[in-house]
Amino acid sequence: MSIKLTVNGEARELEVDPDMPLLWAIRDHLQLTGTKFGCGMALCGACTVHIDGQPTRSCVTPVSAVQDRRVTTIEGLSGTAGQAVQSAWVSLNVPQCGYCQSGQIMSAAALLAGNPHPSDADIDSAMAGNICRCATYVRIRSAIHQAADTLAAGTAAPTKG
Amino acid sequence: MYYPPIAGPQDYASHTGLSRRQFLRLTTLAGSGLTLGIVLPGCAKTGGGSSADAGPGTAPLSMPFVRIAPDNTVTVISKHLEAGQGVWTGLPAIVAEELDASWEQMRVESAPAQVPLYGNLAFGGKIQATGGSTAVANSWQQLRQAGATARAMLVAAAAQDWNVPAAEITVSEGMVAHAGAGRKASFGELATRAARQPIPTTVPLKDPANFKIVGNEKLTRLDARAKSSGRQQFAIDVMLPGMMTALVMRPPRFGGKVGSFDASKAKAVPGVVDVVQIPRGVAVVGRDMWSARKGREALSVTWDESAAEKRGTTELMKEYRAMARGKEAVTVAERGDVERALGQARKRVEGEFEFPYLAHATMEPLTAVCRLSPDKCEIWAGCQFQTIDQANAAAAVGLTPAQVSINTLAAGGTFGRRANPESDYIAEVASIAKATGGRYPVRLIWTREDDITGGRYRPLNYHHVTAAIGSDGKVAYRQRIVGQSILAGTPFGSMMKNGVDPTAVGGNAAEQYDLAHAHISWNAPKVGVPVLWWRSVENTHTAFSKEVMIDELAEAAGQDPVAFRLGLLGARPRHVAALQLAAEKAGWDQPFPKVKGRGRGVAVHESFGSVVAQVAEVTVRGDTISVDRVVCAVECGIAVTPDVVKAQMQSGIGYGLSAALYGKITMTDGHVDQSNFHQYQVLRMNEMPRVIEVHIVPSGNPPSGVGEPGTPPIAPAVANAVRAATGIRLRSLPFDLAAARKA
Repeated sequence: MSIKLTVNGEARELEVDPDMPLLWAIRDHLQLTGTKFGCGMALCGACTVHIDGQPTRSCVTPVSAVQDRRVTTIEGLSGTAGQAVQSAWVSLNVPQCGYCQSGQIMSAAALLAGNPHPSDADIDSAMAGNICRCATYVRIRSAIHQAADTLAAGTAAPTKG
Repeated sequence: MYYPPIAGPQDYASHTGLSRRQFLRLTTLAGSGLTLGIVLPGCAKTGGGSSADAGPGTAPLSMPFVRIAPDNTVTVISKHLEAGQGVWTGLPAIVAEELDASWEQMRVESAPAQVPLYGNLAFGGKIQATGGSTAVANSWQQLRQAGATARAMLVAAAAQDWNVPAAEITVSEGMVAHAGAGRKASFGELATRAARQPIPTTVPLKDPANFKIVGNEKLTRLDARAKSSGRQQFAIDVMLPGMMTALVMRPPRFGGKVGSFDASKAKAVPGVVDVVQIPRGVAVVGRDMWSARKGREALSVTWDESAAEKRGTTELMKEYRAMARGKEAVTVAERGDVERALGQARKRVEGEFEFPYLAHATMEPLTAVCRLSPDKCEIWAGCQFQTIDQANAAAAVGLTPAQVSINTLAAGGTFGRRANPESDYIAEVASIAKATGGRYPVRLIWTREDDITGGRYRPLNYHHVTAAIGSDGKVAYRQRIVGQSILAGTPFGSMMKNGVDPTAVGGNAAEQYDLAHAHISWNAPKVGVPVLWWRSVENTHTAFSKEVMIDELAEAAGQDPVAFRLGLLGARPRHVAALQLAAEKAGWDQPFPKVKGRGRGVAVHESFGSVVAQVAEVTVRGDTISVDRVVCAVECGIAVTPDVVKAQMQSGIGYGLSAALYGKITMTDGHVDQSNFHQYQVLRMNEMPRVIEVHIVPSGNPPSGVGEPGTPPIAPAVANAVRAATGIRLRSLPFDLAAARKA
């Protein structure tokens, strides 16, 4: 079956099993490998992408469910919130093994897009679905606050998105 | 997307611009003595080589550990796996320091599998391996010399070029300069001429007082950008032309074997291309992950479980308890007369400690890629034991190790899981490539369920401790440890001493405190569950029983826990420094606010050459423990990259808290009860302490480990804090307040 969707602003068409999780469609068939496989049960958040702007676990989302919808992966993350998050991640040396960080960044960017001044409790609640076995949580929390400050100051780098 | 091959052993000669013969001569030379790490390919005989050997397009200044390219980049060749612990930053920092490079020009890449050239000097140099928190420690002198040698050659080239004395030349931030002559040049500009210079036989190393990069708090991790943009490539991201994906169905009980299998339904799944038996199970190969997964679900296997482990963990623990009460045990340490001292003591404290099996649960489930041809096997994986993985892959495909190239990619965590004497997942992918005749490159993925149920766990352990303080004030301490050996029966068995596996019993109280009377013994039950080192290995349990019992003794003696420890630490200045710093920064000398359910506790422990002390502050509500604040002090010698040291302490604390609060693999009739993160819970953002302060003890000692030592103290520090908060002694992991209340 042919599935039409928009990925990172590009119209794509996939000839795959409609039950195939979006995660494997974008990784194995679109070769966008920034989105990671961690659990296959929406328990760890490594596979987080945005569907029409909403953070979504792609490992349990059938590709047929995103027909005609807009999917954004880490490769296509843009906009001021996304840029501010990624800059904060680098400046605070957040990543360790780095494997979960695409998912962490996608969740953080979605949080800031909807809540420009998250409290620690807001961060806990928005990020609790993203596991990091290196336990970079303290730095993720700081980086989200730093990104929020950057956005508030309006100093985020200009972006194409 | 095509994934370009990374240089393996066979490619290394072309990679460095050397003929294979030249390269072998050089690497042989490199292994023969002090020149290890400073040999310059192209200059095998002093002054005899020239950059003409290198050929077009290759880096003119190319050494086993450092390469300087015309574009002014300095690439450090990492013999160690980057799995998050920061070696891709720490190793370049050492080279950059002695080279006087600018941090911005530093790059890093993985070395091919090659010994002795890339052997781990902490393990005798005969295997290339990352583990035991040794990466920076064993590379310290090696890479300082490599950096200083390259610097001397750049200076010599400039001196020749500018016709000035080398001694008058300065190097700073990647620029070579001579003030008098008004000349300066970048490393990239000088690299070609530097390659023609004789290799200095001795090079001066910097006075640590002049370090600018080593010890610099502000260094950005070299992998931070790639890992903040999805660009970092892991094994699971490797895409080779025509590559297929494989999943393996493995025996449901450890020690089971394939009896027979029916592949007809699996082969009927669209996209499935092969179903093959391998030594460890049955592999289903598909065009993509989804078809392989659907195919595996349709596969039917009958297992031969005649030799399988069928006991459950409840039965095992019962057997362990009985063993601890028995007479047969290996003595690990003995001092004074513990039986007499315990007999005479008026009051004894006694504790039973239980520790479950634990899965590593790396974020990247185990993955490896193999491309096989009749005389060549290429592996891509987050290899932690490169030369062992090479040998195991070779054995699996029937080639020699020299015919196997190992491409070490960044690993999505390891915590010891990839340091595997049998190279389980790498041997599996090689076996699948062999069984499918090398017709296509194959990528093996373990699902999370495969990972959680797949064994190689931190061993189940039982400790029984009896201790007392005599009327003379002296401590008597008897401990019986029951837990499987990690080393026995593996190629590392020779690390056992007098029948004792140090990775089962190290870090015990007799090692770490001056106890007048001590007896530590060990029983190693034979269990068919495969075990492995799990971040900080034996210290995950020995530190816990030690630091909880010492706390009980302090309480029995009516002494402050910090003061009591200081009194027992004897001539251990690094322990004392770490403990005092943590206590001071935590405000230990100030009374802790008397609020219901709040308390603080302390623990100190040495592992992997470093000492870490932690003070934990907790709040207990009902049966839930929240860790509010952790103050951590670490004595790790010279902190090469202090921000990485801090990150590793934070990480070790979080990893240890996962085990303290949740971590538990159990078995029923030999079947693992947990399968994914809903049952094998790990620490999440909302459970991470809001405050973790890390303080580094100023030290001139050589660098020691940081990847693991942050883990052992946190569970006992929290248990001791819970005691202070509630009066409840937690002696088993994971913490179960409800059960402890009833006990």
